[in-house]
Amino acid sequence: MARAAALARSLLVPLAVLAAWEGVSRAGLVSPIILPAPSQVFLRWIAYARPLAPHDPARGSWVAWLFSGELPRDAFASLSRVAGGFAIGAGLALPLGLVMGARPRAYELMNPLVQILRPIPPIAFIPLAILWFGLGNPPAFFLISLGAFFPVLMNTIAGVRNVDGIYLRAARNLGAGEWTLFWRVIVPAATPYILTGVRVGIGVAFIVVIVAEMIAVNSGLGYRILEAREYFWSDKVIAGMISIGLAGLGIDLAMDRLNRWLLRWHPGMES
Amino acid sequence: MSRPAPAIRVRGVRKVFATGGRELVALDGIDLEVAEGELVCLLGPSGCGKSTLLNAIAGFAPPTAGEIVAAGRPVAAPGPDRAMVFQEYALFPWMTVERNVAFGLELAGRPRAEVKERVAALLAKLHLDGFEDRFPKDLSGGMRQRVAIARVLAIDPPMLLMDEPFGALDALTRRNLQDELLRIWAEYRKTIVFVTHGIEESLYLADRVVVMTYRPGRVKRIVPVTLPRPRDPASPEFNALKREVSALVMEEQRLHEQAEAAREPRPGR
Repeated sequence: MARAAALARSLLVPLAVLAAWEGVSRAGLVSPIILPAPSQVFLRWIAYARPLAPHDPARGSWVAWLFSGELPRDAFASLSRVAGGFAIGAGLALPLGLVMGARPRAYELMNPLVQILRPIPPIAFIPLAILWFGLGNPPAFFLISLGAFFPVLMNTIAGVRNVDGIYLRAARNLGAGEWTLFWRVIVPAATPYILTGVRVGIGVAFIVVIVAEMIAVNSGLGYRILEAREYFWSDKVIAGMISIGLAGLGIDLAMDRLNRWLLRWHPGMES
Repeated sequence: MSRPAPAIRVRGVRKVFATGGRELVALDGIDLEVAEGELVCLLGPSGCGKSTLLNAIAGFAPPTAGEIVAAGRPVAAPGPDRAMVFQEYALFPWMTVERNVAFGLELAGRPRAEVKERVAALLAKLHLDGFEDRFPKDLSGGMRQRVAIARVLAIDPPMLLMDEPFGALDALTRRNLQDELLRIWAEYRKTIVFVTHGIEESLYLADRVVVMTYRPGRVKRIVPVTLPRPRDPASPEFNALKREVSALVMEEQRLHEQAEAAREPRPGR
């Protein structure tokens, strides 16, 4: 009973805002181009998500048909760019961060360059990315991997440097050499930091993918909302924005599950 | 002179720390011999250098001057022949109980079947069976320290160095683990150097109690404890010894408190 009341309270404000919005639009107080009614946005969202043609068994499986609409294909394009760009960026940042964290000499050599490049927002690299890679997927991947690179790098360095000395002493005492110490003690001890970097990195990659799609390519969620604006389809713009939000939420939930599993040993993680 | 060579020989050890431009003599002129199979407690107030001495024997922090020989070899680096048990347990939190105990054996390259068997036997011995797949965070302090003891026993070191291992435990758990340690010591006959600031603990456990002075740490007196085990802390003999050792330690504790008071600025009123 108390839970139902709490649920009702938490829905109160969103529902009131939706109702007011619907009322304002229906009453014709604002142009539907400026602010379409939520019901209209919802219908547009269904149309955006739905398969374009009826299911034809001769042309492929039922599952493929279900995901043949415009929205699933856009979402797949955006998410695969995030995945690819993140894999490149994190794949470069992780080994560099491990070396910079563990070897003071490597840190001294690399840190000045890192500190100069790190504060430049990846978006500021757009003109250069287009000059270097032209249009299409290459500049998008470049920008996304750049966005993922620095969060993973900085957190990996911090993780390695902050390994509690007592684990190193205990491992040495049990006969661990440098190599074992690194792979079996330092790297696992640094995983909470590394995973924080991964989470931030994916978040940045997701921001960058939307921007990159508005500029360099003609597929994906970012491209679609800019395209919709050209036709003054503001209902589709909002439907696309909601889709972007849901995709971001999905990424975050998936990361959270992964984190919980990988850090199930960590005292901060209560099961 | 047909005495067997001592397991640990400390000669003229001096340790100086440089802190903020000032030199702090932590240890000075330490001479100590620990016989094979002996259980020796280093006792003194905070700042007497007992942990510093233990770390020097372990090979973590070599002395500034003097010599430490363990099992006939000069100590230069940490090694599995002098296994350390820490107050903070120092279990690897990302490994299960079983992986923690197996760690040293795996490093030694023992065959998998042997590792599994040895680990299972040790866990049973320390009443940890059934907890193989738990992570350290899910264990109580007492159980964590049992795992830490099992982890060093797994590599079968001739010497155990214990740095206030039961200091963070409640009184009942502590007594329980002290008895456990004595059982293990009786069974395996390890040489044990045990650092503590607990007077009763040292008298309950040790063959000899090495009372240390406060800054610089020197050997103030070595008190042999010949009471038969299991010792009764309520017995008149135990209490007589406790009074004697207390007097020695409290002299140093006062010096420690005076030094602390001189260091802290007095609160204004």
